[in-house]
Amino acid sequence: MSHINRRHFLGATAAASAAAVGGFGRLAEAAGVSLTPGVPEGVASYATMGTLPGKKPLIQLSDRPPNYEAPIEYLRTPITPNDQFYVRYHLADIPNIKAEGYKIAVGGDGANGRAEVTLDDLKKMPAVEVVAVNQCSGNRRGLSKPHVQGVEWGYGAMGCARWKGARLKDVLDKAGLKKEAIEIVFNGADGPAVDKTPDFIKSIPVWKAIDESTIVAYEMNGAPLPHFNGFPARIIVPGWTGTYWMKHVIAINALTKPESNFWMNPAYRIPVGKFPVRDRFISQENAASTPITEMVVNSLITSHRNGDKVKAGKVTVSGMAWDGGYGIRTVQISTDGGKTWGSATLGQDLGRFAFRPWSFEFAAKKGNNTVTVNATNKLGQSQVSELIFNPAGYHNNVMQNITLAA
Amino acid sequence: MYKFVIALVAALIASPAFAAEQVIKLKQAPGVDKVEANCQACHTLAYIPMNSPFLNAAGWSAAVTKMIKALGAPIDDADAKVIADYLAKNYGS
Repeated sequence: MSHINRRHFLGATAAASAAAVGGFGRLAEAAGVSLTPGVPEGVASYATMGTLPGKKPLIQLSDRPPNYEAPIEYLRTPITPNDQFYVRYHLADIPNIKAEGYKIAVGGDGANGRAEVTLDDLKKMPAVEVVAVNQCSGNRRGLSKPHVQGVEWGYGAMGCARWKGARLKDVLDKAGLKKEAIEIVFNGADGPAVDKTPDFIKSIPVWKAIDESTIVAYEMNGAPLPHFNGFPARIIVPGWTGTYWMKHVIAINALTKPESNFWMNPAYRIPVGKFPVRDRFISQENAASTPITEMVVNSLITSHRNGDKVKAGKVTVSGMAWDGGYGIRTVQISTDGGKTWGSATLGQDLGRFAFRPWSFEFAAKKGNNTVTVNATNKLGQSQVSELIFNPAGYHNNVMQNITLAA
Repeated sequence: MYKFVIALVAALIASPAFAAEQVIKLKQAPGVDKVEANCQACHTLAYIPMNSPFLNAAGWSAAVTKMIKALGAPIDDADAKVIADYLAKNYGS
């Protein structure tokens, strides 16, 4: 790992930094940006498209740490290409890690021993492929009413990829899990700009860690992970929000006591009992709050934006639906404000953790046409018509409602 | 320490994270110097307009407190007050 310690470089003024990379800075201003309607006004005052190395232009909400979301056009396929995949970091010191010399330290007080696992070691273990949606916990935070503090994401802090890697269970077996282990905790190579900032460290319950679909991935859509999506390896926790999908993972420890850093509590919490989630993280629960776990059922129209012009007559709207790993049963569309509903045609099924494409044809009339979408999963859970407000703006699965003008 | 290493900025060129550097021009008003001197040690100034204009004075004050108490920002009390006031006046609801 070539970890240049840049902790102390980050105080350089924006002007100095901009001068150093001015050539790239102009790229960021080259393209217009379509923000999700409803995000705070302030976002429009500065946000542009920005191009990270190896990526197509993404909506640049922040460059340091890098937080870039996908415009909806990038989400029109059930597999999101690597160069269109969103980028999210909490902390700004992000090393470039070389495959050579990279290793993951495995151990902890809940393990029988210690082990070091290299990239080659991972590749020698039985390989597992899983198509899974990675969605930031805060996706759509910018649409919260009232607005809440944080990275003000619109629709695009998500993507779906085919991840390939070793089972986390097999990696843990290298050190051996004690029966007293209750959580598995991950650290990535990225760190804070100042030493007092809590490092981004996340844990999951043992039962989720040893699930056969939970992997340490070294490939994304048949290629090595892009740097900004976690090269050389990251944790994949299918069904659960992105906060647990540790990028650049360098430490995996089994714990006999709950992990208690800032990023586990108070961060990434939802109020107890407000959301219809099944997966509980009991060792982290308290009377008021519990860690966010699986994604709630949701859908997005990707074929059109609110206000788009269409021709009267046959119009096909399409998009994606997803949930926390139960699978999509139906996607219902209303073009009369919710009085009547029709079933969309579901597309390719890449598995219960994947984006499920859908499309729906209707006869657009002259004037304004509203299109409302509601996905239902195989548990029978559907999207909501009113926001379930929570202080961090998580789990926004309000049915999308757009107007198309013919 | 982190305030004194502009000379090392050349290292940033090698960092992909800086490829599309944002230049955020904050509203020029009393206190902006303290904001620029403290906040961007750890993150882009874009976090300020991004989170506007919906936070009121109490909201901005809580945000500054969170940065210091929970996230370890090395900001003294006097600067914290100036920063919170600047944010409330210029980026508040």
